[in-house]
Amino acid sequence: MSASPLIEVRDLERIYQMGEERVVALAGVSTEIAEGSFVAVMGPSGSGKSTFMNLIGCLDKPSAGSYRLKGQEVGVLGATELARTRNREIGFVFQQFNLLQRVDALGNVELPMIYAGIPVKERRARARAALERVGLADRMGHLPLQLSGGQQQRVAIARALVNQPACLLADEPTGALDSRTSLDIMALFQALNREGVTVIVVTHEAEVAAFASRVIRFRDGRIVSDVQQVPRDAAAALAEPAEAA
Amino acid sequence: MRLVDALLSSLGAIRAHALRSILTMLGIVIGVAAVIAMVAVGNGARERVNAQIQALGANLIIVIPGTVTQGGARLGTGNAATLTDADAAALRAEIPAVQASAPIVRGGVQVISGGSNWATSAVGVDQDYFVARDWLVERGRDFSEEESRRGGQVALLGQTVVRELFGGNDPIGAQVRVRNVPFDVIGVMTAKGQSMFGADQDDVILLPLQTARQRVVGTSRAKNRSVNQIMVKIREGEDLAAAEEEMKRLLRQRHRIQDGRDDDFSLRNMAEIQATREQSARTMAMLLLSVAGVSLVVGGIGIMNIMLVSVTERTKEIGLRMAVGARPLDVMGQFLIEATTIALIGGLIGIAIGIGIAIITAIQAGWPLLIDPIVVVTAFVFSGLVGIVSGFYPAFRAARLDPVEALRAA
Repeated sequence: MSASPLIEVRDLERIYQMGEERVVALAGVSTEIAEGSFVAVMGPSGSGKSTFMNLIGCLDKPSAGSYRLKGQEVGVLGATELARTRNREIGFVFQQFNLLQRVDALGNVELPMIYAGIPVKERRARARAALERVGLADRMGHLPLQLSGGQQQRVAIARALVNQPACLLADEPTGALDSRTSLDIMALFQALNREGVTVIVVTHEAEVAAFASRVIRFRDGRIVSDVQQVPRDAAAALAEPAEAA
Repeated sequence: MRLVDALLSSLGAIRAHALRSILTMLGIVIGVAAVIAMVAVGNGARERVNAQIQALGANLIIVIPGTVTQGGARLGTGNAATLTDADAAALRAEIPAVQASAPIVRGGVQVISGGSNWATSAVGVDQDYFVARDWLVERGRDFSEEESRRGGQVALLGQTVVRELFGGNDPIGAQVRVRNVPFDVIGVMTAKGQSMFGADQDDVILLPLQTARQRVVGTSRAKNRSVNQIMVKIREGEDLAAAEEEMKRLLRQRHRIQDGRDDDFSLRNMAEIQATREQSARTMAMLLLSVAGVSLVVGGIGIMNIMLVSVTERTKEIGLRMAVGARPLDVMGQFLIEATTIALIGGLIGIAIGIGIAIITAIQAGWPLLIDPIVVVTAFVFSGLVGIVSGFYPAFRAARLDPVEALRAA
């Protein structure tokens, strides 16, 4: 590969000072993630995968080491530039969806564009397009409470996509969903990935990781394995008749 | 984040907690309502006092007899019979600034007309009285010079007396009796309303000075042609204080009072009474203003308190907003605008209530509705300032939240 990778981390460390105690959450991690890949980040709780995700998502800054996003060093950025980077380059999807409850689906999807300073008309149009893309064309005026869990997560994905970020960062995106809806969501991620969106999914479930083409495993703040695999096809799995669990 | 979006977002947040928001506004509402109502009521009251003084005659000086010592006992002001018709005439003749100088005698009487009777005060006057008091005859005519001088048996009635004695009938041409002296009613005075001391100025029967003194009010004054008071009107544009000095000098000279001795009369002018009134109105205004001030401060603390609660409650929302790209400044702006919006809505409600109180008071008290737009705008701006000041710290705290921590919040 000649072009620099989308994400490039070198000796990334994150150490928390909890009173007297030094907690090493990330103890020197180096890896690269290419544009257009579908990566699953796995590991038990406390393995450092969430810390890794927070750093990749520009929510947090490393204690040491380097993180380049599209060739730009993130560690030197201030709070305002970090916010701008999150706004333009990262699309977050959370386990609990994190939608604003008093705003309808359309309004929730518009939120990142509000912070991008995009005018209302364009905002509306792009939010509509994003909701259509995730299959919610007929639910735009619904409040989160009027939507099912799967639909709420689709709204969240539309919100994550709407600013055309460099990568989609999903933290246990199926953790609050039943298995069939989970398949649904994973199929959506795979479809988006085929269209060229980089997807990074943080999960502790092997079933979810099976849909990725690369799996990075964390333990005790380090990468313990990093393998390429043939992903399972979520859309095909959906089409199969329901198997006995 | 643009202002419109921030404003819409804050309105949404306020609506989501409607009751809480309204309770939070209460301090501001009360404070602003108090300011608006206070200023309007103060202005209305002052306007009325001014109107009353105008009705009485703004540049009026009243001369009343002073104290005299009788057998070692000092009698109260106004008891001495030291002022006379001649004093009144001299004031008019010798001081150019004097426009009218009206000698007055007065006393309580029972007025009888046919089967009905009414207790009122009889006032003996000459023609200067009408000039001095700016009081006109509504129907009929006033006293002719001859009637004034020779003591004709004619009377002018105030509106209250007309109502009490004649009901709806026209009194002109009728005869009334006062102390068994018959008087022809020749006219009815215009309505003058309440005096600023609350007395009904229309409850009066006006008689020619001579007649009143000799046959109605009492015989003791008749001997020396003394009067109860002299009402002096100073010409427009003349210096009231200078005229007062001149009057004092003239009266001292006429009463042969040696240097170093006290006056045997005293002067009252309306400006002094007005000043006293305004002073008490100002004191009242300061009191209400401090109530309003305290209320605004308490209101501000209330807003700060609720905004701090709101920031804590919405930590996760703040985290999410930060995750999708809200800069610290955006978060700060959002909460600052929310606090300011609450305060401004409170201010608007307060203005509405204040104007409502002012309207009700104006109708009840019967004075003009005077709402100063500058006060309204100032109150509105001030409530906005309270919002900004009290929202600042909570907004600052929200902006400084760590996105990772905030997202982890329940």
